[in-house]
Amino acid sequence: MTGMATLSGVNDRARRQIIGGGAVLGTLILVAVFAPVLAPYDPESMSVREVMGAPSLAHPFGSDVLGRDVLSRVMYGLRSSLAVAISAIVSSFIVAVPIGVLAGYFGAWVDSVISRMLDMILVFPAMLLAITLIAILGPGASVAAIAIAVIYLPILARVTRASTLVVVRQDYISGSRARGASHLRVLWTHVLPNSLGPVVVQASVLSAFAMQLEAGLSFLGLGVQPPNPSLGSMLADGRDVLNQAPWIEIFPGLTIMVAVLAFSFLGEGLRRALDPKGVAE
Amino acid sequence: MTAMLSLERLSVSFAGEAGPSIVVDDVSLTLEKGEIFGLVGESGSGKSTIANAVMGLLPASATTSGRIQLNGRETTGLDENDLRNLRGREMSMVFQDATTSLDPTWSVGEQIAETLRAHQSLSRGAARARTMSLMHEVGIPNAAQRYRDPPHRFSGGQRQRIVIAAAIANEPKLLIADEPTTALDVTIQAQILELINGLRHQHGTSVLLITHDLGVVSETCDRVAVMHRGRILETGPTRDVFGNPSHPYTRALMAANPAWSRRGSRLPVVPREWSIEEVRHD
Repeated sequence: MTGMATLSGVNDRARRQIIGGGAVLGTLILVAVFAPVLAPYDPESMSVREVMGAPSLAHPFGSDVLGRDVLSRVMYGLRSSLAVAISAIVSSFIVAVPIGVLAGYFGAWVDSVISRMLDMILVFPAMLLAITLIAILGPGASVAAIAIAVIYLPILARVTRASTLVVVRQDYISGSRARGASHLRVLWTHVLPNSLGPVVVQASVLSAFAMQLEAGLSFLGLGVQPPNPSLGSMLADGRDVLNQAPWIEIFPGLTIMVAVLAFSFLGEGLRRALDPKGVAE
Repeated sequence: MTAMLSLERLSVSFAGEAGPSIVVDDVSLTLEKGEIFGLVGESGSGKSTIANAVMGLLPASATTSGRIQLNGRETTGLDENDLRNLRGREMSMVFQDATTSLDPTWSVGEQIAETLRAHQSLSRGAARARTMSLMHEVGIPNAAQRYRDPPHRFSGGQRQRIVIAAAIANEPKLLIADEPTTALDVTIQAQILELINGLRHQHGTSVLLITHDLGVVSETCDRVAVMHRGRILETGPTRDVFGNPSHPYTRALMAANPAWSRRGSRLPVVPREWSIEEVRHD
């Protein structure tokens, strides 16, 4: 994919969005990955003297109701939130792409069967579906990731299907078939590489939503389980003392916002660069 | 001698919401070996559907009746695997728009080699060498340097040459060219037609040339069939059909061609409805 390899042919706005979003996201991912090294304190160690301590040099983000360092908890929380969101979107992508490509390429009854099954997932509101799945499988980070992956599966599969429909009409597809290529060969070498652009775009945009959904689930206590911190559960912990110690709430909230914005910018920039036809919109 | 391609009472219809629509209606024609046969008609007259029917590339929504014989072998009713073996090896096809006929994500050399390797067990090196000689044959200079170039580095005419190189890679006996020159300017058109004509002389390839351009047909084809609304209205040697057009539709088509009508006069419009009595110049 020549378009992906370089940013030279891309307009300035797209380039700024990709570089800006990518840089912020890259930093957040680095912080998350190296949280054990970077965090100044153990995120789980409590201290009676530090309960609801205001931000200071020792604790730049303050400390929470149990006297735990908020900065360290934000770092670890970011780690689990990103892990859940990204692994959910990646697994969704891996399942959705083959499904969507098959539906778009073969059409007819294959398409009908796949599309109706995807519609069945799509009729449930996202949060309700997630809560139902968690009610069945039990709460936890990996279940939350599975729930998020299932929720976004139909969206990614539909975008893949739409993008495949555009690609299959191209003469190089019928040309390749007319020169004796098998369905499998055409799918793998021509349809797949040409259909992926909009799906990558949609996946990066959905990562922003996945972050929010993960935060929502953890806020409800259905995602990452205590004592492991997650950005959503930190919001839940701090809401009773919002007036006395707003920093417990503000810093994880800001982190969620920055991460969501970074995913959105990256997705929007990629859309301008990879999907000029707007299939992923 | 068996004909290269023979269509016997071929009909194709597509299922639609308002009942089936008949796109090809009871068409019979034969294409001899080494012949260039022109199929002319307006857009929507069913020319391309005939091409796709021969290639076995009609969508599942199409219903076909009648017989198609390729080199004496019945191809109607063959399964996908047998058809795939014929495509690219016995028959091949070139499409109208060379700008979309090549996959932008692969180099042109790889796309020609793909066709070779679909039918022959060649090593990578052998496929590469054969690809370069094919590129040379269709008139791409510096094949060795240009093998790795993506399609967008080539002009429209060069891309069509590359598509032709891929189509003839396995030396098919029948080449179907669906409006191969429509997207090209006139000088390049002539070169591409020259190339197709050369293939016939060098390899004895039979060509089914589909076009709406009467000029292209009169310059290139041995015989011609005039199609209108899914039916063949007039067929025969190009000389006879254009020299002495018997069907009023053929005459109207020719009158509407600016190259052949009187200068300064208004071009006539071709009416939509015609009697379907077929005229044969045999």
